[in-house]
Amino acid sequence: MLRRLAAQRLLEIRQAFRQPQASRSFSTALNYHLDSSDNNPDIPWEFSEANKPKVKEILSHYPSNYKQSAVIPLLDLAQQQHGGWLSVSAMNHVAKVIEVAPIRVYEVATFYSMFNRTKVGKYHLLVCGTTPCMIRGSRDIEEALLNHLGVKRNEVTKDGLFSVGEMECMGCCVNAPMITVADYSNGSKGYTYNYFEDVTPSRVVEIVEALKRGEKPPRGTQNPKRINSGPEGGNTTLLGEPKPPPCRDLDAC
Amino acid sequence: MGLGQLASRALLRSARLAASNPHHQFRRAIVTTPELHNSAESAAAEAHPEPDLPKRNPVAGARVHFPNPDDAIEVFVDGYPVKVPKGMTVLQACLMAGVDIPRFCYHDRLSIAGNCRMCLVEVEKSPKPVASCAMPALPGMKIKTATPLAKKAREGVMEFLLMNHPLDCPICDQGGECDLQDQSMAFGSDRGRFTETKRSVVDKNLGPLVKTVMTRCIQCTRCVRFASEIAGVQDLGVLGRGSGEEIGTYVERLMTSELSGNVIDICPVGALTSKPFAFKARNWELKGTESIDVTDAVGSNIRIDSRGPEVMRIVPRLNEDINEEWISDKTRFFYDGLKRQRLNDPMIRGADGRFKAVSWHDALAVVAEVIHKVKPEEIVGVAGKLSDAESMIALKDFLNRMGSENIWYEGNGPNPNADLRSGYIMNTSISGLEKADVFLLVGTQPRVEAAMVNARIRKTVIATNAKVGYVGPSADFNYDHEHLGTGPETLTELAEGRHPFYSALSNAKNPAIIVGAGIFGRKDKDAIFSVVDNIAKKINAVRPDWNGLNMLLLNAGQAAALDLGLVAESEKSIESAKFVYVMGADDENLDRVPDDAFVVYQGHHGDRSVYRANVILPASAFTEKEGTYANTEGCAQTTVPAVPTVGDSRDDWKIIRALSEVARVSLPYDNLSAIRSRIGTVAPNLLRVDEREPAAFSTSALRPEVKEKPDAAPFTTVVDNFYMTDSITRASKIMAQCSALLKK
Repeated sequence: MLRRLAAQRLLEIRQAFRQPQASRSFSTALNYHLDSSDNNPDIPWEFSEANKPKVKEILSHYPSNYKQSAVIPLLDLAQQQHGGWLSVSAMNHVAKVIEVAPIRVYEVATFYSMFNRTKVGKYHLLVCGTTPCMIRGSRDIEEALLNHLGVKRNEVTKDGLFSVGEMECMGCCVNAPMITVADYSNGSKGYTYNYFEDVTPSRVVEIVEALKRGEKPPRGTQNPKRINSGPEGGNTTLLGEPKPPPCRDLDAC
Repeated sequence: MGLGQLASRALLRSARLAASNPHHQFRRAIVTTPELHNSAESAAAEAHPEPDLPKRNPVAGARVHFPNPDDAIEVFVDGYPVKVPKGMTVLQACLMAGVDIPRFCYHDRLSIAGNCRMCLVEVEKSPKPVASCAMPALPGMKIKTATPLAKKAREGVMEFLLMNHPLDCPICDQGGECDLQDQSMAFGSDRGRFTETKRSVVDKNLGPLVKTVMTRCIQCTRCVRFASEIAGVQDLGVLGRGSGEEIGTYVERLMTSELSGNVIDICPVGALTSKPFAFKARNWELKGTESIDVTDAVGSNIRIDSRGPEVMRIVPRLNEDINEEWISDKTRFFYDGLKRQRLNDPMIRGADGRFKAVSWHDALAVVAEVIHKVKPEEIVGVAGKLSDAESMIALKDFLNRMGSENIWYEGNGPNPNADLRSGYIMNTSISGLEKADVFLLVGTQPRVEAAMVNARIRKTVIATNAKVGYVGPSADFNYDHEHLGTGPETLTELAEGRHPFYSALSNAKNPAIIVGAGIFGRKDKDAIFSVVDNIAKKINAVRPDWNGLNMLLLNAGQAAALDLGLVAESEKSIESAKFVYVMGADDENLDRVPDDAFVVYQGHHGDRSVYRANVILPASAFTEKEGTYANTEGCAQTTVPAVPTVGDSRDDWKIIRALSEVARVSLPYDNLSAIRSRIGTVAPNLLRVDEREPAAFSTSALRPEVKEKPDAAPFTTVVDNFYMTDSITRASKIMAQCSALLKK
């Protein structure tokens, strides 16, 4: 009995030490920048002509002496325009637009994991990794995606179409497990950010293949027996007319 | 005994404990507060605000200033009533009550961040412990700093902070003066519960001065706030979040601030330490000597930390009137120049042009012989930038006795105005600049000329939105400013009220005009000064209650030299001199000296002037002698010897005293107090050490009228390289690295 307990404890201790830390990083990049040929401050970057009115519109939401409030919407716009990720020059340009030091923009961009600071695919697939989805098999879904595409997490496929990342809870626990597809294939004009819910390892592969063919698979639940968040095979409860709430009968007073 | 067996024993014991006390596991959590809130101790502290409590004194003699007596509120700290002005934080109230609250992120000269949570205290009727640094004190607040709840909160915070902090104190340079080390001893627990692996963070390259070990960082963000608020460089930031949070610059860049060294002092852990000092010494081996800095005219208060004969590092000393608690990088890191290129023996240049070491006796005999051979009007003396008042008066007295009137201080230009003290000091005083609302900088780049004065101007600009107008060549500023023009014609426009900036100046309540000492070198300086006087008169800058007409001097000895009247009869005399006594003057152009002249160089570094010298008399540097310096605002301060002299060198004034005896014109002082009483007869203000004596008269009324107009030539940059301005900094390797890497 003592021996068994000891052995079990030893196993626990070993496991505690074996935990790889890298699997917990959600951001696509390190918290510091390393110059590369496609990401360095010398590459010129500007908002496109189509996006310039949008920049103006975003800035108009804030008082002119608080331009820095526009940092998040502008970064988002820059990310959409730049194929789903923010290069240093894009962040520098945003800093110039809102008239702050570049570091203040870097701080924001590194804080939010939805700002990608390394290259992502045209379709950035985000697998929800939070508890409900994890219980419903999100690890298998991620594995299926990674195996099918032949990449590691946050790595882009050779054709530049896909990358897989992890996300925290996206509020679809009732339809767990789910993935999100951020579609940057058409720049900020055709940008979509769709949820695919109730997925299975085989279904995500189908979705990926459909995306590869240029199709737009139906978003929402992938379980044909469910309608949105409704139960599988139709309602099983609350079938009758709902009863009125047990209020006081005001007329009787 | 195997690990498994040990573990099982621990398990068994904890199982037994848990069985015996069902509430055991809850006891460790902070949230189970009811019994802590109502514990016997806190009840006792509350119940008896005993009258016989021993009196407590504010921490570090902190004093409180009530801007408005009506705004005083009373709070109770551990039962002691204390009166504080409205708007003070709980932490400050505790300080006034003599309770030092542990803190990491709070710093009284930076904005409040409230993110380290170390300063948690219990406040009555508050459901949770409150972060005292960010909580304003409210009337009647009952603050408890030593209750079980507060202690437990601190212990918990400390456990979290130590979770990812490496246990590398034995190899950490901060060891011994580390806030985290001290506070974990005082407030932490003797054990932690963290069993995971610690995180590690990539070190950042911030340049040749600041060494980073970012794994040690506890994210207090003091350095980020210092950089953006005080230094005015928006380089550092907090990147990432959660357990991945780190301090960095994102894109690799060096910290290009002249104040960057101060992040070493404000870092509460060993994340940012001094690169030149790395692994050199432990702080408890060092002897601290409270002295002053001589690299610029500010006279920053410093502590020279030495070990044996070596200066190991320089750290700032608090002086609210001069440097607050910051110093510039030059002040902090030039000390390695004190160990290089030192002159340690008296030397005479032989017939072959090489120097030969000789005894003091021989060297002085040669100098005395030569000085008697030349005519008095062929004798010239030049005092260098780093000269102290004692040596300058000795040099002046000696050469005067030899019949020469040509003794001057390098950098003061021809015919400096030494008659009216208000004409060459900062009349507003450095701390007084904070009251100014409009600045007019004339031909001065304070960022490189006097970094601490610049920090003061920046503080004022940030705090009160004061306007800054600048006349001079394009320059670096770390605050908003208007570049009005480059030359004297802009000043003429201002004086005539034609310039758009004139309205800002004339509407100002406390305008401050700061004229750079670079103007001294111009031929038309009298005309420029009279234009500046005119501006001051027009905008009413000089009043009985406010004197806003300032000179910003460049060098440590400059104010004292003018106080002592080191003014040459004619600077041209050097071109026909036969005997030149150079006392550490390395920036004087000695090419003007005739080839057959005899040049004596007295100084501590083999710098520029040594090449022309015939005799070298080794002197001691400011770290090795007692000397009086007056800073740009006219505050006399003294250096204190921290380390022994190098080789056979002697104090400057002693050399001249000895030489005078050999030359049979003995000076009448044999010790420091005697020479100081001699100074007292010339410039009594130099004897009032650490006191600033304002100038008695204002200049404008007393200055002779100037007819000529200023030239059209624009003002020039006076200090090309901030890091190398005098013989010590030019000898410093660290300063050389800085000027190679950081100068844009």
